[in-house]
Amino acid sequence: MKSKPYMNPYLAGVFLGLILLGTIYVTGRGLGASGAVKSFVANGIAEVAPEYTRQNSFISSYINDRPNGPLQDWLVIQVLGVIIGAFISGVLSNRLKLKLERGPRITNNTRIVAAIIGGLLFGFGSQLGRGCTSGSALSGMAVMSFGGIITMLAIFGSGYGLAYFFKKLWLK
Amino acid sequence: MGPLVPFIISEEFNLVVALIAGIGFGFILEQAGFSSTKKLVGLFYGYDFTVLKVFFTAGVTAMIGVLLFGHIGILDLSVIYINPTFLTSAIVGGVIMGAGFIIGGFCPGTSIVAASVGKLDGLAFVFGGFLGVLAFSVGFPYLEELYYANAQGPVIISDKLGISKMLFAFALTAVAFAAFYFTGKIEDRVNNVKQPIPKQTFNRYAISMGLAFVLLGMMAITPDYEQLLQSRIARAEQQKKCVFYEVSAEKLAFEIANNHYKVNVIDVRSPEEFEEYHIPLAINIPLEEILDRKWERYFKQTIKPNYFYAESDTIVKKACLLARFVGDSENYILRESVSQFEAMFQNPQPPPAYASKQEFNTYNFRKEVAYKMENLVEALKNINQPIVQEPIKIQGGCS
Repeated sequence: MKSKPYMNPYLAGVFLGLILLGTIYVTGRGLGASGAVKSFVANGIAEVAPEYTRQNSFISSYINDRPNGPLQDWLVIQVLGVIIGAFISGVLSNRLKLKLERGPRITNNTRIVAAIIGGLLFGFGSQLGRGCTSGSALSGMAVMSFGGIITMLAIFGSGYGLAYFFKKLWLK
Repeated sequence: MGPLVPFIISEEFNLVVALIAGIGFGFILEQAGFSSTKKLVGLFYGYDFTVLKVFFTAGVTAMIGVLLFGHIGILDLSVIYINPTFLTSAIVGGVIMGAGFIIGGFCPGTSIVAASVGKLDGLAFVFGGFLGVLAFSVGFPYLEELYYANAQGPVIISDKLGISKMLFAFALTAVAFAAFYFTGKIEDRVNNVKQPIPKQTFNRYAISMGLAFVLLGMMAITPDYEQLLQSRIARAEQQKKCVFYEVSAEKLAFEIANNHYKVNVIDVRSPEEFEEYHIPLAINIPLEEILDRKWERYFKQTIKPNYFYAESDTIVKKACLLARFVGDSENYILRESVSQFEAMFQNPQPPPAYASKQEFNTYNFRKEVAYKMENLVEALKNINQPIVQEPIKIQGGCS
């Protein structure tokens, strides 16, 4: 069976905006993604090396703010929802399939390595920028945060600036 | 008034909200095509601007919604989470993230979506994300300076630019619509096709754009909730229509001495004046703070009547009106000023020996009440602190 076409981008945008608005109205905060990763990493480090954690103010302050562990962290639960929501959408639109997407000029291995490096950079940058595209850029834009909008411009500006150098990864 | 957490929805139930919001978020991202890395990077090579369209539309929709909710007074914009600005790290972090985007082909949210529908490259990106966060956490001692540099707090961009929120919203919405138009042109050229928009779809776009501007325009010309409240108060004062229920100092003192658990005595002067002298068992809610949510529970209740007092008549009346507009409590004002009350009940002076019996009665009454109040203050020292709803610290963003 053929997979269904994607939703009209503007319609999807309006829905996404309304979900974000609803979230802000109910909880006072926006959506996010990278924070969930941080929750696992911070709690993992604290579990494995409690002594080290006390010396590292980044991890210890995070743990002290959220003493209940990752399973009661707002963003972790929200990301769990993202997984469920995306899965449902994939089922409904027949897009559920084990697959590796890559540009035509590179091998599968190159693609995997590039994805890991990209993830690494994004994970690292999201901690420095205090949020990723969802938590900082999108949610920041909704509440007109100066920092959020600056981060957004920096992400897309840098993406465009570097696009030429990584053409080989994506284009024919 | 929103946000509903933590006053109306508990912190525990908030996690259920998180799950629901996440399901919606993930569903829409997948439906929009964000599980495909080719669609995502299309933005950078000009062949597919879906990301920009979805992202900008969502941002503008939510922004207008937040403004609208604040305008009509159902969302308290002063407590929602505004991502704080640390200029240096926002830029450096953003640039690194941009590099991650073009190399890895995802951002964290979309990689999770991709992994959820079986994309192995999405899974690899998520794995990389863990490594990146780990690297940052371990390397934090070396990055600390950069991380905290140029801190500016939770500033709003319109304040930074020195324009009004509405003007910025107008400009951003206009920029978004212009971007949609031009990226459509670029897409057509890069892909060498011409995709005309069907008439029906075109009409829908036009109506949505019109709606966005109409909403913004309406907000720009109508007074917001707080202005409306203030103008209603001004009008009521002007027309002298409003009936104030006044109580005498004697009656109030009697209530405090005998029924202190049944009344709220509220001092609406400044904290300094309150510190200097206040009526026994009174709490201090300065006039400017009456609309703050932390005092909500004094005004949104019908069990304990509120007794307002101050030095000046107009201030106390204003406070009473504000309370009446924001809540449904029973409100009274003290007829006397606070200094008159002080003179009457702080060490009442015995009348001269030739005074009438009535004067003696008054004196005895005041002395007795003052004594009782003094004892109560002593007895209730610890339990009569005002109940302040904990100032909420909303955590947000991804940090």
